[in-house]
Amino acid sequence: MSRWKIDRRKLVATLAGVAMTLVLCASSLVLAQEPQNEFKPMTEVPIETLPAMPLLYIAYAFVWVALLGYVFMLWQRVGRVERELAEVNEKLRSARR
Amino acid sequence: MRVLRAAWLIARKDLVVEARSRELAYTTLFFAVSCVLVFAFAFVREGRAIEDAAAGILWVTLAFSGTLALGRAFERERQADTLRALLLAPTERAAVYLGKLLGLLVLMLAVEAIIVPIVGLLFAAPIGRAPLLLGALVVTGTIGFAAVGTMFAAMLVRAHSRDVLLPMLLYPIAVPVIIAGVRGTAAIFAQEPNLEAAQAWLSMLVFFDAVFVTLALWTFGPVMSE
Amino acid sequence: MRLANRVVPFLLLAAAAMFVRAPFMIEAAPIESTMGVIQKIFYFHVPSAAASFLGAFVCGIASAIYLWRRSRTADHLAVSGAELAVVFGLIVLVTGPLWARKAWGVWWQWDVRLTMTLVMWMIFVAYLLLRRFGGPGSEVLSAAVGVFGMALVPFIYVSVNYWRTIHPNTNVVRSLPPEMSEPFRWAMIAFMLLFAALLIVRTRLEAGRAALEEAYVSLED
Repeated sequence: MSRWKIDRRKLVATLAGVAMTLVLCASSLVLAQEPQNEFKPMTEVPIETLPAMPLLYIAYAFVWVALLGYVFMLWQRVGRVERELAEVNEKLRSARR
Repeated sequence: MRVLRAAWLIARKDLVVEARSRELAYTTLFFAVSCVLVFAFAFVREGRAIEDAAAGILWVTLAFSGTLALGRAFERERQADTLRALLLAPTERAAVYLGKLLGLLVLMLAVEAIIVPIVGLLFAAPIGRAPLLLGALVVTGTIGFAAVGTMFAAMLVRAHSRDVLLPMLLYPIAVPVIIAGVRGTAAIFAQEPNLEAAQAWLSMLVFFDAVFVTLALWTFGPVMSE
Repeated sequence: MRLANRVVPFLLLAAAAMFVRAPFMIEAAPIESTMGVIQKIFYFHVPSAAASFLGAFVCGIASAIYLWRRSRTADHLAVSGAELAVVFGLIVLVTGPLWARKAWGVWWQWDVRLTMTLVMWMIFVAYLLLRRFGGPGSEVLSAAVGVFGMALVPFIYVSVNYWRTIHPNTNVVRSLPPEMSEPFRWAMIAFMLLFAALLIVRTRLEAGRAALEEAYVSLED
């Protein structure tokens, strides 16, 4: 069982290492080149402000979801740790008797 | 100063060991050349390199071969368990760090002395345009990379998954070095060279080196004393 | 820690109240002349970035204290700081491109400020990964990473003022007109209150986990 645990750890750590390597490659190589210019067709001009709204909503929705999700996750973990701590302390007390 | 003398003794030990087998030197050099080759296939279009690819290829090659050298150098220490012996020796921890750093620097600079002309040759990059400035960029960049790398490689000697953790920790922190190195080198190699920009990037590299070598000297002792 | 028990609910309630009011204030704020309505992402984007930087500093300072004093509370604080830096940093890295897509036309720009924000985020992700996968003794190792990560932060801040970048300069905040600075300050305070509450809670969680591990060890005896 413990053998599988180490393999999974190595896999995740390897993937993280690969990801970091790719970011390093990209940032150094792409930085050496000039950024591209965007081509804006004429038809976009009169409705310029409208496409912004979905992006705005997505951005704020993400912030809310991320913050609430993190708070909820913390709450769960705190509850779990407190429960386990109570259990283990109970076992310790009964073992000492 | 006693610390510097101790550091020199440690570095000399590493260099003598390396000079006998030349294992690290040959493998790192060959790896660096292979890197350049692989990147060449990625960034050469219709027989000519994409503009500014030379600078990027040079620095990524330095980073990758540097990481390899770091890993191997400390693996050698780990196998013989000599790192613990070094730390138990009656020298300051800073001396151990400086000694390992010096040894690695000599190795990496030797490899770079060969790689830079190769890159110049293969990608028609004008390495002779501002040789002192280019040399200064390469040297300060290598010092910055090796300073952080030596620190982390020593730290990770006894950790799990150390082969993968070293690049994972080292690359993000070494990114300012890579950015400054690539931008500075690209400024020199560009069709219209901008030597003032290259000098500005050089000064940032010097600042980075000063900050991070100092930081490494401060933290090496507390981290290694477990 | 008992003080923390009383402070946390207050902080959370205050933050929640401010967060509920914030969208209305942001709605009422004027539309910026050059960027249009998309600029309103700024009200949550910048405070998130501030919270992320704050988390990075907390992690860095706590890591330094842990390295030299081996204080367990400092270690717990460092983990919390790193985790908050990652969470708020993720918000910055998602809202930023959403803003950029409209304002600059591209999702991402490899200019120095953006690149280094991403890099700083990755350093603290690496911190958390090291804690998880580094094996025993990784508290000390990750403390070193935390200290180095914090040392990198000034490089990020200086870069936006020294090198040309299309990212809005930090002077923008100082020159805000009152209709914009009011919701901005409101949002900033809301984020800081939330940050403080989360930091305390997360640190307590870490302390609880350490106590649990010790309890398990003594159970085996």
